[in-house]
Amino acid sequence: MTIKEITRIIDGKVICCEEKLPNNIEYAFSSDLMSDVLTIEKENLVLITGLANLQTIRTSEMSDISCIIFARDKKIGEDMVSLAKENNMILIESPYSMFHISGELYKAGIKSIY
Amino acid sequence: MQFRHKISGGDFSKAGNIASSVKKILHQLNIDHSVAKRIVIALYEGEVNVVAHAYSGIIEVDVNEDKIKIKITDKGPGIPNIEEAMREGYSTATPQVREMGFGAGMGLSNMKKNSDSMNISSIPGEGTIVELVTYIKPNAG
Repeated sequence: MTIKEITRIIDGKVICCEEKLPNNIEYAFSSDLMSDVLTIEKENLVLITGLANLQTIRTSEMSDISCIIFARDKKIGEDMVSLAKENNMILIESPYSMFHISGELYKAGIKSIY
Repeated sequence: MQFRHKISGGDFSKAGNIASSVKKILHQLNIDHSVAKRIVIALYEGEVNVVAHAYSGIIEVDVNEDKIKIKITDKGPGIPNIEEAMREGYSTATPQVREMGFGAGMGLSNMKKNSDSMNISSIPGEGTIVELVTYIKPNAG
Protein backbone atom coordinates (compact mmCIF):
# COMPACT_ATOMS: atom_id res chain seq x y z
CA MET A 1 0.00 0.00 0.00
CA THR A 2 1.28 3.48 -0.77
CA ILE A 3 2.04 5.96 2.01
CA LYS A 4 -0.45 8.25 0.30
CA GLU A 5 -3.22 5.69 0.84
CA ILE A 6 -2.10 5.11 4.44
CA THR A 7 -2.24 8.87 5.04
CA ARG A 8 -5.79 9.00 3.69
CA ILE A 9 -6.97 6.11 5.88
CA ILE A 10 -5.67 7.68 9.10
CA ASP A 11 -6.69 11.28 8.24
CA GLY A 12 -3.01 12.06 8.34
CA LYS A 13 -1.19 15.32 7.81
CA VAL A 14 2.22 15.05 6.18
CA ILE A 15 4.86 17.09 8.02
CA CYS A 16 7.83 16.53 5.75
CA CYS A 17 9.22 14.56 2.78
CA GLU A 18 5.94 14.45 0.81
CA GLU A 19 7.87 13.11 -2.16
CA LYS A 20 7.82 9.71 -0.46
CA LEU A 21 4.01 9.47 -0.64
CA PRO A 22 4.05 7.12 -3.69
CA ASN A 23 6.36 4.64 -1.88
CA ASN A 24 4.93 1.30 -0.84
CA ILE A 25 4.76 -0.01 2.72
CA GLU A 26 4.24 -3.66 3.61
CA TYR A 27 4.56 -3.84 7.41
CA ALA A 28 3.72 -1.77 10.49
CA PHE A 29 4.96 -1.78 14.05
CA SER A 30 3.29 0.15 16.87
CA SER A 31 5.44 1.06 19.86
CA ASP A 32 6.51 3.80 22.24
CA LEU A 33 9.47 1.70 23.27
CA MET A 34 12.46 2.50 21.08
CA SER A 35 14.41 -0.45 22.55
CA ASP A 36 11.76 -2.69 21.01
CA VAL A 37 11.92 -0.88 17.66
CA LEU A 38 15.68 -1.55 17.58
CA THR A 39 15.07 -5.31 17.63
CA ILE A 40 13.16 -5.28 14.32
CA GLU A 41 14.97 -6.86 11.40
CA LYS A 42 12.29 -6.28 8.75
CA GLU A 43 12.42 -3.25 6.49
CA ASN A 44 9.83 -1.42 4.43
CA LEU A 45 7.72 -0.71 7.48
CA VAL A 46 5.88 2.18 9.07
CA LEU A 47 6.38 2.99 12.75
CA ILE A 48 3.23 4.03 14.60
CA THR A 49 4.12 5.77 17.85
CA GLY A 50 2.99 8.18 20.53
CA LEU A 51 6.57 9.04 21.45
CA ALA A 52 7.53 12.37 19.90
CA ASN A 53 11.16 13.18 20.61
CA LEU A 54 14.47 13.25 18.80
CA GLN A 55 15.25 9.64 19.71
CA THR A 56 12.17 8.47 17.81
CA ILE A 57 13.79 9.85 14.65
CA ARG A 58 17.29 8.61 15.55
CA THR A 59 16.00 5.11 16.31
CA SER A 60 14.14 5.04 12.98
CA GLU A 61 17.30 6.16 11.19
CA MET A 62 19.27 3.26 12.72
CA SER A 63 16.48 0.78 11.94
CA ASP A 64 16.08 2.01 8.33
CA ILE A 65 12.48 3.08 8.95
CA SER A 66 11.55 5.86 6.55
CA CYS A 67 7.91 6.48 7.53
CA ILE A 68 6.66 7.43 11.01
CA ILE A 69 3.07 8.08 12.08
CA PHE A 70 2.60 10.08 15.28
CA ALA A 71 -0.67 9.23 16.98
CA ARG A 72 -3.00 11.66 18.77
CA ASP A 73 -1.48 14.76 17.16
CA LYS A 74 1.72 14.68 19.16
CA LYS A 75 3.83 17.81 18.85
CA ILE A 76 6.64 17.23 16.38
CA GLY A 77 9.55 19.53 17.18
CA GLU A 78 11.59 21.43 14.59
CA ASP A 79 14.68 19.45 15.57
CA MET A 80 12.78 16.25 14.75
CA VAL A 81 11.68 17.58 11.35
CA SER A 82 15.19 18.71 10.53
CA LEU A 83 16.69 15.29 11.38
CA ALA A 84 13.91 13.51 9.48
CA LYS A 85 14.57 15.63 6.36
CA GLU A 86 18.28 14.91 6.63
CA ASN A 87 17.45 11.19 6.56
CA ASN A 88 14.73 11.45 3.92
CA MET A 89 11.99 10.28 6.30
CA ILE A 90 8.31 11.06 5.93
CA LEU A 91 6.59 12.16 9.17
CA ILE A 92 2.80 11.99 9.43
CA GLU A 93 0.52 13.27 12.20
CA SER A 94 -2.81 11.56 12.85
CA PRO A 95 -5.56 12.61 15.25
CA TYR A 96 -6.34 8.96 16.07
CA SER A 97 -4.96 6.71 18.82
CA MET A 98 -2.27 4.08 18.18
CA PHE A 99 -4.97 1.42 18.61
CA HIS A 100 -7.24 3.04 16.02
CA ILE A 101 -4.44 3.62 13.48
CA SER A 102 -3.13 0.06 13.93
CA GLY A 103 -6.61 -1.38 13.52
CA GLU A 104 -7.40 0.57 10.38
CA LEU A 105 -4.09 -0.27 8.72
CA TYR A 106 -4.31 -3.95 9.66
CA LYS A 107 -7.82 -4.05 8.22
CA ALA A 108 -6.52 -2.45 5.04
CA GLY A 109 -3.90 -5.18 4.56
CA ILE A 110 -0.76 -3.86 6.23
CA LYS A 111 1.05 -6.80 7.80
CA SER A 112 2.10 -7.24 11.40
CA ILE A 113 5.74 -8.11 12.14
CA TYR A 114 5.21 -10.39 15.14
CA MET B 1 40.54 3.17 9.40
CA GLN B 2 39.97 4.37 12.97
CA PHE B 3 37.60 6.86 14.56
CA ARG B 4 37.47 8.15 18.11
CA HIS B 5 34.53 10.12 19.50
CA LYS B 6 33.72 11.55 22.91
CA ILE B 7 30.25 11.32 24.48
CA SER B 8 28.76 13.39 27.29
CA GLY B 9 26.58 11.56 29.77
CA GLY B 10 23.01 12.79 30.08
CA ASP B 11 22.95 14.70 26.77
CA PHE B 12 20.12 12.96 24.92
CA SER B 13 20.02 15.63 22.20
CA LYS B 14 23.26 14.19 20.81
CA ALA B 15 22.64 10.49 21.51
CA GLY B 16 22.98 8.70 18.21
CA ASN B 17 25.22 11.26 16.49
CA ILE B 18 28.17 8.88 16.47
CA ALA B 19 26.14 5.88 15.26
CA SER B 20 24.70 8.11 12.55
CA SER B 21 28.12 9.21 11.29
CA VAL B 22 29.43 5.63 11.39
CA LYS B 23 26.37 4.49 9.44
CA LYS B 24 27.22 6.97 6.67
CA ILE B 25 30.84 5.84 6.60
CA LEU B 26 29.89 2.13 6.39
CA HIS B 27 27.58 2.99 3.52
CA GLN B 28 30.37 4.85 1.72
CA LEU B 29 32.65 1.85 2.24
CA ASN B 30 30.00 -0.32 0.57
CA ILE B 31 29.78 -2.65 3.58
CA ASP B 32 27.01 -5.24 3.19
CA HIS B 33 23.72 -3.58 4.27
CA SER B 34 22.65 -6.23 6.79
CA VAL B 35 26.11 -6.29 8.41
CA ALA B 36 26.23 -2.47 8.56
CA LYS B 37 22.78 -2.39 10.14
CA ARG B 38 23.82 -4.81 12.90
CA ILE B 39 26.93 -2.75 13.62
CA VAL B 40 25.00 0.53 13.70
CA ILE B 41 22.22 -0.85 15.95
CA ALA B 42 24.77 -2.26 18.44
CA LEU B 43 26.73 0.99 18.40
CA TYR B 44 23.59 3.10 18.88
CA GLU B 45 22.50 0.96 21.83
CA GLY B 46 25.97 1.40 23.33
CA GLU B 47 25.92 5.14 22.74
CA VAL B 48 22.50 5.45 24.39
CA ASN B 49 23.77 3.39 27.34
CA VAL B 50 26.64 5.82 27.94
CA VAL B 51 24.33 8.85 27.67
CA ALA B 52 21.80 7.16 29.97
CA HIS B 53 24.11 5.82 32.66
CA ALA B 54 27.60 7.33 32.56
CA TYR B 55 29.20 10.76 33.10
CA SER B 56 31.27 10.60 29.93
CA GLY B 57 32.59 8.10 27.43
CA ILE B 58 34.77 7.42 24.44
CA ILE B 59 33.79 5.36 21.42
CA GLU B 60 36.54 3.92 19.24
CA VAL B 61 35.67 2.30 15.92
CA ASP B 62 38.28 0.31 14.04
CA VAL B 63 37.31 -0.70 10.51
CA ASN B 64 39.45 -3.54 9.15
CA GLU B 65 39.17 -5.49 5.93
CA ASP B 66 37.44 -8.46 7.55
CA LYS B 67 35.91 -7.05 10.72
CA ILE B 68 34.81 -3.96 12.61
CA LYS B 69 35.84 -3.51 16.21
CA ILE B 70 34.05 -1.11 18.53
CA LYS B 71 35.29 -0.19 21.99
CA ILE B 72 33.07 1.85 24.28
CA THR B 73 34.79 3.09 27.42
CA ASP B 74 32.86 5.09 29.97
CA LYS B 75 33.41 6.82 33.28
CA GLY B 76 30.38 6.10 35.40
CA PRO B 77 28.83 3.99 38.10
CA GLY B 78 29.92 0.73 36.43
CA ILE B 79 27.98 -2.54 36.47
CA PRO B 80 28.21 -4.48 39.74
CA ASN B 81 26.74 -7.69 38.31
CA ILE B 82 27.25 -8.08 34.55
CA GLU B 83 25.32 -11.35 34.34
CA GLU B 84 22.28 -9.68 35.90
CA ALA B 85 22.66 -6.63 33.61
CA MET B 86 22.70 -8.91 30.55
CA ARG B 87 19.35 -10.41 31.51
CA GLU B 88 16.57 -9.07 29.31
CA GLY B 89 14.26 -6.82 31.30
CA TYR B 90 16.83 -5.87 33.96
CA SER B 91 17.25 -2.11 34.06
CA THR B 92 18.50 0.63 36.37
CA ALA B 93 17.39 3.43 34.01
CA THR B 94 15.99 6.67 35.37
CA PRO B 95 12.48 7.93 34.52
CA GLN B 96 14.11 10.47 32.15
CA VAL B 97 15.73 7.66 30.14
CA ARG B 98 12.40 5.80 30.01
CA GLU B 99 10.70 8.95 28.73
CA MET B 100 13.08 8.84 25.78
CA GLY B 101 11.84 5.35 24.88
CA PHE B 102 14.68 3.37 26.44
CA GLY B 103 15.46 1.71 29.76
CA ALA B 104 13.51 -1.50 29.22
CA GLY B 105 16.53 -3.68 29.92
CA MET B 106 16.98 -4.72 26.30
CA GLY B 107 20.08 -2.75 25.29
CA LEU B 108 22.93 -5.08 26.27
CA SER B 109 21.19 -8.20 24.99
CA ASN B 110 20.43 -6.44 21.70
CA MET B 111 24.09 -5.39 21.42
CA LYS B 112 25.08 -9.04 21.89
CA LYS B 113 22.54 -10.14 19.27
CA ASN B 114 23.86 -7.57 16.78
CA SER B 115 27.56 -8.41 17.11
CA ASP B 116 29.65 -11.53 16.57
CA SER B 117 31.41 -11.19 19.89
CA MET B 118 30.90 -8.95 22.89
CA ASN B 119 33.03 -8.52 25.96
CA ILE B 120 32.10 -6.41 28.98
CA SER B 121 34.35 -5.48 31.87
CA SER B 122 33.40 -3.09 34.61
CA ILE B 123 34.68 -1.64 37.87
CA PRO B 124 31.83 -0.40 40.07
CA GLY B 125 32.30 3.27 40.86
CA GLU B 126 34.76 3.77 37.98
CA GLY B 127 33.24 2.70 34.69
CA THR B 128 32.60 0.10 32.03
CA ILE B 129 34.29 -1.10 28.85
CA VAL B 130 32.25 -2.84 26.15
CA GLU B 131 34.09 -4.36 23.18
CA LEU B 132 32.22 -5.55 20.11
CA VAL B 133 33.51 -7.35 17.04
CA THR B 134 31.47 -7.90 13.89
CA TYR B 135 32.79 -9.69 10.83
CA ILE B 136 32.20 -8.27 7.37
CA LYS B 137 30.87 -10.56 4.66
CA PRO B 138 32.08 -9.91 1.13
CA ASN B 139 29.56 -7.65 -0.57
CA ALA B 140 27.89 -9.64 -3.32
CA GLY B 141 26.44 -6.46 -4.83
